Amino acid sequence: MKSKIRIASGQGFWGDLLTAPVDQVTKGPIDYMMMDYLAEVTMSILQKQKRKNPELGYAKDLIPLLEQILPTCIQHNIKIITNGGGVNPVACGEAILHVARRLGIKQLKVGVVVGDDILERIDEFKASGMELKNMETGEGLSTVRERLLSANVYFGAFPVVEALKGGAQIVVTGRTTDTGLTLAPMIHEFGWSASDWDKLAAGTVAGHILECGGQSSGGNFSADWRSVPDLAHIGFPIAEADPDGEITITKHDHTGGMVTLQTVKEQLLYEIGDPKQYITPDCVADFTTIQLEQAGRDRVKVCGVKGSAATKFYKVSMSYLDGYTTVGTLTYTWPDALEKAKRADEILRTRIQDLGLHFDEFRTEFLGYNSCHGALAKDISEPNEVVLRVGVRSSEYGAVERFGKELAPLILTGPPSVTGFAGGRPKPSEVVSYWPALLPKEAVTPRVLFHEI
Amino acid sequence: MRIRLQQICHVRSGDKGDTANVGLIALKQEYYPMLRRYVTAERVKAHFEGIVLGPVERFELPNLGAMNFLLHGALGGGGTKSLKNDAQGKTLGSALLRMEIDIEEELHLP
Repeated sequence: MKSKIRIASGQGFWGDLLTAPVDQVTKGPIDYMMMDYLAEVTMSILQKQKRKNPELGYAKDLIPLLEQILPTCIQHNIKIITNGGGVNPVACGEAILHVARRLGIKQLKVGVVVGDDILERIDEFKASGMELKNMETGEGLSTVRERLLSANVYFGAFPVVEALKGGAQIVVTGRTTDTGLTLAPMIHEFGWSASDWDKLAAGTVAGHILECGGQSSGGNFSADWRSVPDLAHIGFPIAEADPDGEITITKHDHTGGMVTLQTVKEQLLYEIGDPKQYITPDCVADFTTIQLEQAGRDRVKVCGVKGSAATKFYKVSMSYLDGYTTVGTLTYTWPDALEKAKRADEILRTRIQDLGLHFDEFRTEFLGYNSCHGALAKDISEPNEVVLRVGVRSSEYGAVERFGKELAPLILTGPPSVTGFAGGRPKPSEVVSYWPALLPKEAVTPRVLFHEI
Repeated sequence: MRIRLQQICHVRSGDKGDTANVGLIALKQEYYPMLRRYVTAERVKAHFEGIVLGPVERFELPNLGAMNFLLHGALGGGGTKSLKNDAQGKTLGSALLRMEIDIEEELHLP
């Protein structure tokens, strides 16, 4: 058994810094690299792409990236674990092999985790009494059944472990938890059991620290943000794990950013609920037991983590079509910038009323003044410029589209010194809403398929 | 004395559906008891009047010198439904740093 493994974070979301995974595999030693691509809305976007083309539905960025780093990964035996398979992990696995063949790679094994996509099985579950009620509102699924776009179970680390056991050098999954991608190699390398709750919780905490990429190594840091060195070349976080579940968060030498108690604390607090019950399919971690210690420059030790038994349910993430929105902006300048923007909003609202258009929501914000802090924003006396930002939402496409045609006229028929309409009329975009539910674990079985050269 | 949370805390905020979370972290461990004492869920709810439409929950993490606040109904529906510029509540952390508290303790701030 290895005495220590190094797991690197390569991507924190789909759209993250493209050079980060390249740096992780070239700037120092690592054993594994995890890449998280999936947010709640991402699955529905991918489902739409797959509907148009059955060969798509995964994070396409992954393929050119692997083309770039695959030879290095093979040379240094770095294994890659990613949930970038989205709603089509099988096609993603095939695309990876295709790239490998083109690079002249003679041997490669890709493990593909499937079984999380339950969109076709919803009615079957209903017939068996599994209602998939909204776990936040208690509503029955029938209200949105006809508008469902995607439905996926969150799998944990163990299907990935099975893929690693089978010799996969790359593991591609669909909806696997972000934390499971980091925990899996620890379970695999150190032989942790499925009921070793404290160790599973420690690996889960490491996963939470890694899952947002640079956000734990100096990015989006709110304390003394000026003190973060060289953010232009930020080093993404790396978790060093030992068989006892002691974790050290660090990053490669000669990279920017920093790993301190404060940067790690901020990430630990990111998007959590009750800290005593951080629930994953693998365990329930208690964040109030985490002990942090600065153990050298850019090294933070994480220990003391307590966990308890996993629940009997998988969380299900579903998405459904929920109407349309559009948002547009106009920029007003000094003098009286804010007053002009406010007057333009009044004129717009009068015209919308005259047209007899009704919306579920009509929202006005003034960028540069109150769009983020709302009523808490302090008054500003003479702003140089203010951006009027108006948006509407409706179940009717036509009303939203018509609204989009009312912005440009304000330039020649509203208050003066206005600009910023080069982008044209704002188009309606689909609202995809989120439906979280629970499903008994025995209802679905993850499977691992191996694709190899 | 009256202080602003910006003087003794750092923050991170994010979203889960229509609920935002704000992690409020003491810049020094010695400030944490003041956060517990003065930054109650009720005070935070009042601070965000007109912004957070639902209830506010508070959770304590003494091990990190931090508290986690859940702000329900803070994101205009959340996800792609929200018309807010900050639909994911990324800046609600800095909005909480504006909050002022009257403390009985003597504090020498830099």
